[in-house]
Amino acid sequence: MPEANIILNAPAIQRALTRIAHEIAERNEASAEVVLVGIQRGGVPLAERLAALLAGIWGHPVPCGHLDVSMHRDDLDQRAAPEIHPTVIPFDVTGKTVVLVDDVLFSGRTIRSAMDSLNDFGRPKCIQLAVLIDRGHRELPVKADFVGKNQPTSLAEKVRVRFGETGKEDEVVLEKP
Amino acid sequence: MSWHRPHLLDIESLSADEILTVLDTAKAFKAVGERAIKKVPALRGRTVVNLFIEPSTRTRTSFELSEQRLSADIINFTAEASSLKKGETLKDTARNLEALNVDFIVIRHSAAGAAHFLSRVLNTHVINAGDGAHEHPTQALLDAFTIRERKGKIEGLNVTILGDILFSRVARSNIWALTKLGAKVTLCGPSTLVPRTFEQMGCRVTHDVDAALRDADIIHLLRIQHERQRKTMFPSIGEYTTLFGLNKARLAKARPDALIMHPGPVNRGVEIDNEIADSARSLILEQVTNGIAVRMAVLFLVNGGKGPQEIAAG
Repeated sequence: MPEANIILNAPAIQRALTRIAHEIAERNEASAEVVLVGIQRGGVPLAERLAALLAGIWGHPVPCGHLDVSMHRDDLDQRAAPEIHPTVIPFDVTGKTVVLVDDVLFSGRTIRSAMDSLNDFGRPKCIQLAVLIDRGHRELPVKADFVGKNQPTSLAEKVRVRFGETGKEDEVVLEKP
Repeated sequence: MSWHRPHLLDIESLSADEILTVLDTAKAFKAVGERAIKKVPALRGRTVVNLFIEPSTRTRTSFELSEQRLSADIINFTAEASSLKKGETLKDTARNLEALNVDFIVIRHSAAGAAHFLSRVLNTHVINAGDGAHEHPTQALLDAFTIRERKGKIEGLNVTILGDILFSRVARSNIWALTKLGAKVTLCGPSTLVPRTFEQMGCRVTHDVDAALRDADIIHLLRIQHERQRKTMFPSIGEYTTLFGLNKARLAKARPDALIMHPGPVNRGVEIDNEIADSARSLILEQVTNGIAVRMAVLFLVNGGKGPQEIAAG
């Protein structure tokens, strides 16, 4: 059995998201220009929760979309074709501040794919990045603007983010081989 | 979600799960076709040869557009323009194409088994775009996609395929796909074109049109192939239209929510009445639109390598 340690439990995740929401609000004065885009799959529930938290801070709804980056990946010929989840961006991103949301920041390649993919939908005024866990090992010059927790890892370890319907079962687990 | 095949050669060897994987993937590609920018870089730097030894406009155009929307580079070969006319064998033609370092061959051929043959002798991905009277897998997949999109499911539906079944690769691929997905398939047409041997594929065979249409959720019409019309198969086109053509009187006896499909090209006034072909119950043009999404999905899936399917977080 691999050894597994909980590095964030449900209340810690909630605190991290609340802090990130306030940091996003602090950074972006023009709240009407901000839209969130969660990266399938792990980033989608996070983006939904951040959108709800930001709506509470700003007092108006914050648009939230979902982006699947499979078609823009750079390793498609090295692996079995990935499962594709829906991309739903029900607003124009042109001129907007898009906050990309993902669960784990690792090599940075997913974020590169996401920025390419987003380009097909319009020309955002700027793109920011929010992640729950930054585990290091970047292979591209990508840096998150908002981080829930910096977690140094070895390449052999796995970070698993689990999100439940109610938020009570949420946890982030670090698995050692 | 499961797909680990380097080729798409037929529907017969696919599992229901694999068929559903294509349909689910195609849903995402249909959304790409509805955007302002209809192109994704999934096959960037890959080369596709469309080797159409038998004439085709519809399928070839659909494949070409699918390949372009995936950013692949394309070479088109037709029977008239290839050295096959000069006596070169299919194997040599294909080997020469392979020597050009192409990655995919999409083949349409009048001989059943042509795609399987190429997949054995070449190291490229092979996609069957119709081989003789054997199979036309992408047509069956786009038909299944269209049915699922409109009816919300395929399992339990009654699908009637009406027309020239015997010589139809579309019928064979559709029968495989639909029965695997749990639909009840009825075949109907002149007894010479719809022999009872098809019951072995798990369908009902009837030569009574009204009985075939009565409970149908989907009425799938096949073209009467003028060019292959064999005098011995049925007496005349006019008689076929009278006995088996879909007209308003016949359609009135079918379920009011029955939808009509046709792989094209349509012979108006032969297998289908003019007005019915243009009615709101006709899915003929939706099939064409969905063909692009399904072919993009097939190219995307067979392009996958041997690595893991699951994406590591981050």
